[in-house]
Amino acid sequence: MPLLAIAALAAGTYAFRLAGPVFRHRIRIPDRVQRLLSVATAVLLAALVATAALTQGHSFAGWARPAGVLVGGVLAVRRAPFPVVVVAAAATTAVLRLAGLP
Amino acid sequence: MLLDMRSFWRTLDHGSLRDISLVCLADAIVGASFGAITVSGGLHPWVPVTMSVLVFAGGAQFAAAGVVLAGGSPAAAVLAGLVLNARLLPFGFTVADAVGGRWRTRLPGAQLITDETVAFTLRQHERQRRRVTFWTCGLALFGCWNVAVVLGVLAGAVMRNTGSFGLDAAFPTVLLALVLPSLADRGTRNAALAGAVIAVALTPLLPAGLPVLLALAGLLLAGRPAAAGADTSPALEAR
Repeated sequence: MPLLAIAALAAGTYAFRLAGPVFRHRIRIPDRVQRLLSVATAVLLAALVATAALTQGHSFAGWARPAGVLVGGVLAVRRAPFPVVVVAAAATTAVLRLAGLP
Repeated sequence: MLLDMRSFWRTLDHGSLRDISLVCLADAIVGASFGAITVSGGLHPWVPVTMSVLVFAGGAQFAAAGVVLAGGSPAAAVLAGLVLNARLLPFGFTVADAVGGRWRTRLPGAQLITDETVAFTLRQHERQRRRVTFWTCGLALFGCWNVAVVLGVLAGAVMRNTGSFGLDAAFPTVLLALVLPSLADRGTRNAALAGAVIAVALTPLLPAGLPVLLALAGLLLAGRPAAAGADTSPALEAR
């Protein structure tokens, strides 16, 4: 990832952050826009989860990885501590691969 | 420092300090995973470290790095990160009073606006407490996050063949844990599921990075806002 891309992401993010403290007396963000932004966040994250769990390049990633993510997801729904969730996911995938599943 | 230290500590009660330390710990684990996953995935160690200081937003950092690691273009990575961070715009208005009104507090303070600092600041109602909470939480998180990323980078550099450690499953799992709380809202859930299906279906056909952005079409399924006051700010609970 080139430094220019990091700089662009950082600058845009900083602008989002600084707008509120600078313009709070002059502008009000409508509730509809606020909701749209928060739903958009969830949609993008969910899409990233799905593609990162299921695909590698342009094809299927194999069964071991989505199985691990599924185990982590179930633990997260059951409110397991965050480190447990992540380690369980990675361990499941690692064990399945050791057993010969791609 | 901005405030006299003694009145500073008296202003924050023990409960808040404990909660802030717990969130710092949780974020440190996310940060360490970010460092380890990105470096073991093949990114140069400076990439996660620089990103963490300058961008300082876990979800967007994971998203942008994820797009690049999947072979997507830097432009798609930047776009995905910016869409995620657009939520910081309304957050900035919410905590503007706690950041402070002068440029010398606004400029560094803005960088500390994250889901967590906003969530903690919103819990306080008195002006001085809001300020102290915002700055304590923000500075503590900034320190923990960046130190943890560096430690993660060092750990990731040692690991070879990350596939056999199952680390490729850790990245989507971290994101899943982050997005789960916001899926309690039905409109958000429908939109997110539609977006996920769109992204996976388009992955074999389009260049990497693009399917994730096109997932935003799922927003059309978001529907009308739920009952007024429903908390739809997704990542307020975790990052």
